[in-house]
Amino acid sequence: MSKYTYTEKKDTRSGFGAGLAELGKINNDVVALCADLTGSLKMNEFQKNHPDRFFQAGIAEANMMGVAAGLTIGGKIPFAGTFAGFATGRVYDQIRQAIAYSNKNVKIAASHAGITLGEDGATHQILEDIGLMKMLPNMTVVVPCDYNQTKAATIAIAEHKGPVYLRFGRPAVPNFTDPNQKFEIGKAELLYEGSDVTILATGHLVWKAIEACDILLQKGIKAEVFNIHTIKPFDKETVLKSIKKTKAMVCAEEHMLNGGLTDTAAQMAALNFPIPIEAVAINDTFGESGTPDQLMEKYGLTTNNIVQAVEKVLKRK
Amino acid sequence: MENIQKLEKIVSQVRRDLLRMIHAKKSGHPGGSLGVTDLLVCLYFEIMDHNKDFKMDGKNEDIFFLSIGHTSAAWYSVLARSGYFPVKELASFRAIDSRLQGHPATAEGLPGVRIASGSLGQGLSNACGAALAKKLNNDKKFVYCLLGDGEIQEGQVWEAALFAQARKIDNLIAFIDYNGQQIDGTIEDVMNLKNLRQKWEAFNWIVLECNGNNMQELISTIKKAQELSGKEQPIMILSKTEMGHGVDFMTGSHKWHGVPPSDEQLENALSQLEETLGDY
Repeated sequence: MSKYTYTEKKDTRSGFGAGLAELGKINNDVVALCADLTGSLKMNEFQKNHPDRFFQAGIAEANMMGVAAGLTIGGKIPFAGTFAGFATGRVYDQIRQAIAYSNKNVKIAASHAGITLGEDGATHQILEDIGLMKMLPNMTVVVPCDYNQTKAATIAIAEHKGPVYLRFGRPAVPNFTDPNQKFEIGKAELLYEGSDVTILATGHLVWKAIEACDILLQKGIKAEVFNIHTIKPFDKETVLKSIKKTKAMVCAEEHMLNGGLTDTAAQMAALNFPIPIEAVAINDTFGESGTPDQLMEKYGLTTNNIVQAVEKVLKRK
Repeated sequence: MENIQKLEKIVSQVRRDLLRMIHAKKSGHPGGSLGVTDLLVCLYFEIMDHNKDFKMDGKNEDIFFLSIGHTSAAWYSVLARSGYFPVKELASFRAIDSRLQGHPATAEGLPGVRIASGSLGQGLSNACGAALAKKLNNDKKFVYCLLGDGEIQEGQVWEAALFAQARKIDNLIAFIDYNGQQIDGTIEDVMNLKNLRQKWEAFNWIVLECNGNNMQELISTIKKAQELSGKEQPIMILSKTEMGHGVDFMTGSHKWHGVPPSDEQLENALSQLEETLGDY
């Protein structure tokens, strides 16, 4: 019997929409912009309740990021929403100069991240966005794991002063975290204590890491599992303490190996406490059309892939 | 007339400042900076209701965005001469550990600068956001923004042009420094813009034109723009200037876009510009 259960699956983008709607009620400085994807990002409720604080930007993401930066100057807290690919790669220079370098209080709301966007294919499935954003000084990178956590994170980042990249997705995934949780930016969240291996997971891979941990327990392997919902700033202290105990690590993410969670965690380990590391991530390839489940299977991002990675890393200890 | 003469004296000093700054570091952009000096002096010393005790939010004051960040030397001089920071600090332009970065930035906390610029095409979007924030704050002051004519080859400018009229941003007065030059040559040769008035009018902006190197025309045109504000349309002033204006051998050529003057050239240039407020 697992320590974690869920009653329903929900999409993280709806968690964002619910969080934004809540912010609309409690914080008059929060404003929102969207580049013609209001329904996809579930921003309709905010738009309906606060038409004066919602700005339709049209299919013009570069301008949207620049406008968001300008809005902060008058004390506003803008949430600029679009698909993750268009929220990062398409507008990198605008984010770099007007938001990150200028240290503006913009919240970039990036939906449909990763391959679980599904059938639309690789043009829309960005797998490099975490890397692009975490390389920017001043930028905080948050990747919540389910509906409840995405809602809590959305509310929390409005209180954080400075640019934030909030990454979430399209498919319905197990909604297992506490609906009343307090979201702490920069804190690795311990899900299971263990002594044999450390598993770091982020976003949609967190639930799969829990499932993998349950399977490993049946095999007599005690994994210490963390939800890394903040890639930057990375919770070095907590993870370092864990790997000093377990002396092996597996990282799991729906992102390119280059630039993602694995990249951050492995760099930290290599510089501080070198240990064997295995990764469950996309390795230098674009995605393709398919259902989310088919794609996660084909690109090696399943529960079983995490179990196998643990078994492999334990042999290298 | 007395007022115009006072403003012209400031213009002359700002031109001296920026040439000396660029010469000292053998680095910077004299041509465009000389061309926009009249407009910057007009805004900061005649038009804008602004507070030299700098506050980032700019609430209840007119605020300005310099989208063409490479003309920073002129802006820094105008800011210093307006009282935002000590005039002597102009000597630190483009130096290590300076607040006066090569292109304007906020990271070092230079008073007067609200956002970084330098990578072109972004300032109009920033100004639109600031103008929307003023509306939400029920702040009746203006947002001004200066673009370059070469700069509007960037696609983002036209995204902002559409956005501003669609969102009825009518507390924004933008300028294009229309000098007809860019780094590789004349605008006409590099990427012709054809009829700029028609382009902006087609984007549903109110368009005015003036000689941007004539103080009297600048004042009257901007005052007219203010009268035309509040009508659910953004306003564009095509400010026709000469690159390098004020220094005969630099005037009208793209060759002085990013080249510092030599010692002899500086001496020649300064001899054409009266020292009116004391060099830094």
